[in-house]
Amino acid sequence: MQTLLMAPLITYLVGAALTLVLPRGRLVVAVGLSALVSALAGLILANVLRFGPVAVTMGNWIPPFGITFAADAVSAGFLLVAALVATALLLALTLERPAQHPALAPLILMVMAGVSGAFFTADLFNLYVWFEVILIASFALFALGGAARDLDATLKYGVLNLIGTTIFLIALGLTYGSFGTLNMADLARAVPKAPLTLQLGVAALMILGFGTKAALFPVQAWLPASYHVPHPALSALFGALLTKVGVYALFRVMSLVFPGLLSPFAPLLTASVVLTLIVAPLGALSEPNLRRATGFLVIGGIGAAVSGLVIATPAGFTGGLLYGLQAMAVLASLYLLIGRVEARDDSPILRALVLLLLLSLAGVPPLPGFWPKLILIEAGLRVGGYGSVVAVALFINAALTLIAVARLYTANAWASPPTEQPRLGLVIPALAGALALSLGLIPAPLIALAEAGGRALSDPSAYSAAIGLFEAAP
Amino acid sequence: METPMALLSGLFFAASFYLLLSRALIPLLLGVALLGNGVNLLILTAGRLGRALPPIAPEGAMAPLAGSANPLPQALILTAIVIGFSLFAVLLVLAARGSAALRTDDTDQMRLAEPRGEARPDDAY
Repeated sequence: MQTLLMAPLITYLVGAALTLVLPRGRLVVAVGLSALVSALAGLILANVLRFGPVAVTMGNWIPPFGITFAADAVSAGFLLVAALVATALLLALTLERPAQHPALAPLILMVMAGVSGAFFTADLFNLYVWFEVILIASFALFALGGAARDLDATLKYGVLNLIGTTIFLIALGLTYGSFGTLNMADLARAVPKAPLTLQLGVAALMILGFGTKAALFPVQAWLPASYHVPHPALSALFGALLTKVGVYALFRVMSLVFPGLLSPFAPLLTASVVLTLIVAPLGALSEPNLRRATGFLVIGGIGAAVSGLVIATPAGFTGGLLYGLQAMAVLASLYLLIGRVEARDDSPILRALVLLLLLSLAGVPPLPGFWPKLILIEAGLRVGGYGSVVAVALFINAALTLIAVARLYTANAWASPPTEQPRLGLVIPALAGALALSLGLIPAPLIALAEAGGRALSDPSAYSAAIGLFEAAP
Repeated sequence: METPMALLSGLFFAASFYLLLSRALIPLLLGVALLGNGVNLLILTAGRLGRALPPIAPEGAMAPLAGSANPLPQALILTAIVIGFSLFAVLLVLAARGSAALRTDDTDQMRLAEPRGEARPDDAY
């Protein structure tokens, strides 16, 4: 079981190298490997839910001296959804004609390797490395088109994200200098003993770094500048995964390493979350391009997910995680379908799915986006204080998003006459959209997973125990 | 020795943030490079700057000599330098290709992906 933790990462890394040298059939192989990782992630998740978190340390070192990989319900759940999303969009790319750029499959697998590493690592410096792996592979994916518009988007995405990860690296240097370790479980032990100002400074830099990755206000500008430019399947990959890695890192580090700092940082996080929730749909409201407006709605969803961190009760964490998990499925399928809209495809199914998925972003019941918002608002009002502030902001966000979405749907692409299209391209996006929407009608399994994750985040002792730190002799 | 090094890396950060505020691409990229070097200095300083004492435990002892530098930050920096350098190289190529294709190096004029003055959606929907 412990060695199995490395399997998703290794599968993706080997897959990226393998597809690079294959003369043809790269996407087919990538689909197969991604489906294999989904199965592996499901296996790990089932095991973790049944027997608790697992961990493995590289090179048989005694933690905290080696790099540790660990999985609990949060990391395994996120990886499962991410791998399923990757499988769906690789499948959509496989069926696309004319065939896509040959570097597409290896680069997507490389992004996924970084994503699976980031979800499973329990070492902060290793997390930084995976961030950079994701970053450099996504650079190449953004620039793959090679047109001036692609390069414009890549530059903005690249520079702002590189600054974000560098700020995280500054935090890492200070972390090691002040606490003497980078293992998250060991840090959880060492941090409370350090002076409060030191803790606050390091945590503030980490929040800024992860916030940039997650596209929280006011460091969100890179997202609407870039997400709508590449191939729609790549928009789906980025929209579903990149920001969610930032959200995952924020939840993991704040709940495990700095749980005592959640209340001192509550005013700051509340301000950021409330502004994210309100500014993002306003951006979508003023944007005529459907795919670009969806980028703004992605940001609004990040605000909703991170509001769970402000509430910081088990129910709050559950709501935040549930928002993140369902948003991955909803956004990936929405971007794929928007790709069909932009290809001037038109059919009642396409229109209905786009409308329903857009409404899900606003949180209309019984669509997938409704359940996490319900949990978050209830948890926020129950906690009171800053919790009720974000609950009110979630209401405002839902109203603004609803207006923006209705306007986008009525004012958009349907006006132009559709062209004759081969309908094959619609099959996978439509299936993905239907599956994502079914999460709203049958929410129980995903809610149960998010609840297990919420419990794991609010009491990380099992995660730390699984890592099995070396205890110094008294 | 740590204090002047800390001040130096602070100076690096200050200069790099000033450059990052520039609208032109080249100063911006120089800012990125300087930022990476400031971080490397910071990590090096965080690992203590020893007086050439080897970080090796003497025979029979459980810990290295007091005051020897911690070797781990140096390994971290090595990783950070490699990653930072490769990302910077990619960014440079992107900037060269980008400014040639967009015919400007002013980031405010790079509006192809975010066009200015597009028609707003109809208000009377």
